[in-house]
Amino acid sequence: MATLWPSIEPLLDGVSKPARYIGGEQGATVPVHGEGKVAWLVIYPDTYEIGLPNQGLQILYELLNERPDALAERSYAPWLDMEAAMRAAGVPLFSVENHLAARDFDVFAFNLSAELVYTNVVNLIDLAGVPIHAAARTADDPLVVAGGHCTFNPEPLADFVDAFVLGDGEEVVGEMNEVVRDWLATGAGRSRPALLEAFASLEGVYVPSLYGVTYDGPRLTSVTPRTPQVPERVVKRTIADLAEWPYPKRQLVPLTEVVHDRLNVEVFRGCTRGCRFCQAGMITRPVRERPATQVRAMIRSGLERTGYDEVALTSLSTADFSSIEDTVAAVVGGGCGDQRVSVSLPSLRVDAFTVTTATQIAHARRTGLTFAPEGGTWRMRRVINKLITEEDLYGAVDAAFSNGWRRVKLYFLIGLPTERDEDVLGIAALARRCVEIGRRHHRAPTVVASVGGFVPKAHTPFQWFGQDSASELRRKINLLKDACRGARGVSLRWHDPEASVAEGLASRGDRRMGAVIERVWRAGGTFQEWSECFDLGRWEEALAAEGLSFEEIAHRERSGDEVLPWDHLSAGLHKDFLWGDWQDALAQVSVEDCRWTPCYDCGACTDAGLEHVVASTTPPAGGSQGTGQDLSAGGRVPVHLVSAPGDR
Amino acid sequence: MAERLRFRFTKLGKIRFTSQRDVARMWERALRRSGLEIALSQGFNPRPLLAFGLALPTGAESLAEYLDATLVGSAPVELVELADSLSSLLPEGLAVSGVGVLPDAAGSLQQEVTSCTWELEVLGVTATELARRVGRLLDAPSVSVRRERKGRIFDDDLRPSVRSLGLLDPAQGANTVRGQSTWLGAETATQPRGVRPRELVEALGTEVVLARARRTQQWIEHDGARHEPLEASARVADVTAPHAIERAS
Repeated sequence: MATLWPSIEPLLDGVSKPARYIGGEQGATVPVHGEGKVAWLVIYPDTYEIGLPNQGLQILYELLNERPDALAERSYAPWLDMEAAMRAAGVPLFSVENHLAARDFDVFAFNLSAELVYTNVVNLIDLAGVPIHAAARTADDPLVVAGGHCTFNPEPLADFVDAFVLGDGEEVVGEMNEVVRDWLATGAGRSRPALLEAFASLEGVYVPSLYGVTYDGPRLTSVTPRTPQVPERVVKRTIADLAEWPYPKRQLVPLTEVVHDRLNVEVFRGCTRGCRFCQAGMITRPVRERPATQVRAMIRSGLERTGYDEVALTSLSTADFSSIEDTVAAVVGGGCGDQRVSVSLPSLRVDAFTVTTATQIAHARRTGLTFAPEGGTWRMRRVINKLITEEDLYGAVDAAFSNGWRRVKLYFLIGLPTERDEDVLGIAALARRCVEIGRRHHRAPTVVASVGGFVPKAHTPFQWFGQDSASELRRKINLLKDACRGARGVSLRWHDPEASVAEGLASRGDRRMGAVIERVWRAGGTFQEWSECFDLGRWEEALAAEGLSFEEIAHRERSGDEVLPWDHLSAGLHKDFLWGDWQDALAQVSVEDCRWTPCYDCGACTDAGLEHVVASTTPPAGGSQGTGQDLSAGGRVPVHLVSAPGDR
Repeated sequence: MAERLRFRFTKLGKIRFTSQRDVARMWERALRRSGLEIALSQGFNPRPLLAFGLALPTGAESLAEYLDATLVGSAPVELVELADSLSSLLPEGLAVSGVGVLPDAAGSLQQEVTSCTWELEVLGVTATELARRVGRLLDAPSVSVRRERKGRIFDDDLRPSVRSLGLLDPAQGANTVRGQSTWLGAETATQPRGVRPRELVEALGTEVVLARARRTQQWIEHDGARHEPLEASARVADVTAPHAIERAS
């Protein structure tokens, strides 16, 4: 096992952003390899600057390196120029710590945060010099495992990945390590199937090769265990108490610029707003808050250790954190160290309260503020259960402009269920109205309306929905372009509809998508998240060659009795809850946030014996919180407060 | 009363692949952790008042990078301690090798530095052939180099900026994965335009490849003599940080 650095170094003079490949981050561990330690290579299948800040990857990296029987190094997808140089020089995928060849590791652990990286996963396995097909690997090949939100429909990658982890990785990564450690210790005669069976016995671990799939023509009819030893249904892992996992303790500080280049502190996991389009909100339930004292301690020690002057409080909806006001006040008021620190709330709720908080914290860069109303009309927002009233939005926008912001960015989705042209045009109307509000405060306010094509995801109420075609999305974008023409101050931006359609294939396809992904990869289709690399033509050709169609996988509406490719996997949500919520959506019936109202029995808490963990029985300030709920009555909420060390 | 500090630091090993902007961010974080209070710029988005002087090309190493920092108050008494503490807060490969308090009258690095000394490891031709080509370059009245500035192509003469160029001790050469290397020594002027090490090596012919460039000195020339930029300091601490010479690769 020798470092590849002498062969890598000469390549770096000829490639863009060579600092992507050198490692050396503050907080990185340069582990010593040896007998009795399982060597993990954790891989983010996109560029270094996108992958480095990923908190999930950093948490697992730390947890593994803390274990006496494990070690972990990291790797990222080399950019096109570097990959070409590596292949020409015979340099395989390498780790950034010791610059070891990927094959020197026992386990490859991929983080799957987005579907369009799937061709990169295949490419990286190949670049590592490992057979891309799981079935072709022997006991001498590394194991390929994957975690992250995309594993809730892992079938498109089933041909390439040995085992998928569903849900929170903090506990199960240690259990997997023990399985691999014991298997490695059995010596030369060890068999790969034995290891995979041991993996499958772990809760939350799905080994696709142990499940058989049947089809009837184009239709999937079943995914069932091949042996009685594996569960019919794999249920996700959930850590009950975030307070027990104050990670990352040593967040990586990169030497070069990356996205989200700041201290990140996760304040809660899970979300019960119930936005029907949002996979993250569905699959990460229940809500688990970190105690405010722990949040403050993590901010204080993180700032001291890293030298950052910015901290992001991360979650799916940070303004909903029970202790948000106290936490922000503590950071801004110097309660977390004596430096001047700015706080960012990456997911702003749409209401005036949120803006007040944002005003308190943004003492310097008061350039733009982003809100996500998602739907252009109240009708549309009821369908998707994003219950922001026009008053909420206009109040927030007015507060933003009156507090000195000059640019407001609004996120919208198009191609939503039941959508009519008037809902699409409502986006333009909202944006124009927001500019008018801005003119009360500034001469030339800007409102950016950013429009993305909706991609239905597994384990959400919209999993049955027939996704809009690229041409239909394009027609709607053109409607909006016309409606925004001549509107001073309104700037319209949109996501490539063709990329949304390709993402739809990967998000709801079944195991047959594997061959399509392989074809796209063989045709050179890597970095499909990058517009300069994306080409729908490759996907069309690959689908046709495999006898599959966009219509079958993405565009047709699925019926209630149909077997879905992920029915054998569970995010804790009952399928009848999701179906009921889908029917409610079609009937424009909304549901309230279950943190402060009775339970809808979605399954996420009850089946796992869990509770929402919130620090306060009183809903946070800010009126309706964008839910349209009347939260004034009573004040008490029907949640049980789990007592834990800290300040609960 | 606000004083200015001038730091000299190294950039050695793998960290040579980071950019000038990256190094600036590393310094900002290290200074925040050190507790040394740096003055902030005025305006909408205040930035710490740090000035780095001559940019070092990404990929080049250096024994002599400089940074001027404007403090909120007066400089600490213990300059050696300050230098050591910053070295420990900076990433591996960056280390403070000297620090001085600047007199009020001292100009900026950008204005004052007149030349720098380089060591260049090259591959592709034998030492004898390299010596011949160096002689030819030095004898030439002008050496044309094509550059792009603001979208337009210019033919610049780099010869006036080459103060000296010659082979260094052959024993410094190494047998690398790409063949036998030879080291060149060069002094290049910053005016009228600086010379990038890569341009200088390419001017020696197409087969010559720059494997590694290392800036060893920067010079401020006045009254006909060369001065090291820390000489301008009223009070100076020269430290050889323990890991300054340690090679990260």
